[in-house]
Amino acid sequence: MIAVCQFGGSNCDRDAVLALRHLGFEAERVWHADGLPAEADGVVLPGGFSYGDYLRAGAMAARAPILREVCDAAERGVPVLGICNGAQVGTETGLVPGAFTTNASARFRCEHVHLRVENAETPWTAGFEPGEVLTLPIAHGEGRFEIAEDTLADLDDDRVLFRYCNEAGAVTDAANPNGSVDGVAGLLGEHEHTAVLMPHPERATLPDLGGTDGRTILRGFASEAEG
Amino acid sequence: MAAYTASVTVRLKPGVLDPEAETTERALERLDFDLEELRSADRFEIDMEADSPEAAAERADAMAGRLLANPTIHDYSVEVEPAEPAAGATR
Repeated sequence: MIAVCQFGGSNCDRDAVLALRHLGFEAERVWHADGLPAEADGVVLPGGFSYGDYLRAGAMAARAPILREVCDAAERGVPVLGICNGAQVGTETGLVPGAFTTNASARFRCEHVHLRVENAETPWTAGFEPGEVLTLPIAHGEGRFEIAEDTLADLDDDRVLFRYCNEAGAVTDAANPNGSVDGVAGLLGEHEHTAVLMPHPERATLPDLGGTDGRTILRGFASEAEG
Repeated sequence: MAAYTASVTVRLKPGVLDPEAETTERALERLDFDLEELRSADRFEIDMEADSPEAAAERADAMAGRLLANPTIHDYSVEVEPAEPAAGATR
């Protein structure tokens, strides 16, 4: 069962459950204070505005006791996917390096973007070809990926899953919706079964939502969880 | 034990883009103020009981390191002063 952790202010938890069930996987919402169920073999940290983005987006949820359990589960090999606010929680927890902060434009961006697959040899991206361009929606005000220069240099390039790009697959400033360093839109944590993404695969899974490229990511994740 | 107020100031590291500060700066310019640059910072004032100012500073430093600041993007500083007696506390 994939546990979708719900915090006060989460608002993509239902979407994630619906998308995973649509693909035929078992998924349940889990209220953070109830703790992580022992049978959770995958974890989604969903999008939204946990704790009203107090202090910094994701800062409060990252210190909630359930995140300790999520980190322990990740250590045991349980796949963890942070989406949008969940990605912010992931960096705040230290599950993945760097930080997501205020968009360079200082504006909330809600639109579809193109993403280039940078590493197709991960559970998340195995269904894509390297360099393939996909389309996913974004909806965030704090999605600018920042990382210390030396950490960026240390970050094995294999850990970048997706970069913002134009329709032709070129990573350009114009195609970067938030000013993220190197156009990073999603990356792996220390383990390849831990990943965060600012774009929303669960909003591109059911038909009639303007694309289904998110399915491949969620299938890869859920198969890893069930495997 | 004595009462202290620790002030933790959290700032973006030099070179980290601050779109909110830039927007605020532009709004001040729109109000016809002259300015060169505006930087923003968050300040937390924490009242606590501690054995010494050093112990209070150490605790506030740990709070900043664990939660108040994000080391990827922030620097912080800590100042400690004896707590001001609460207004109306004298009898």
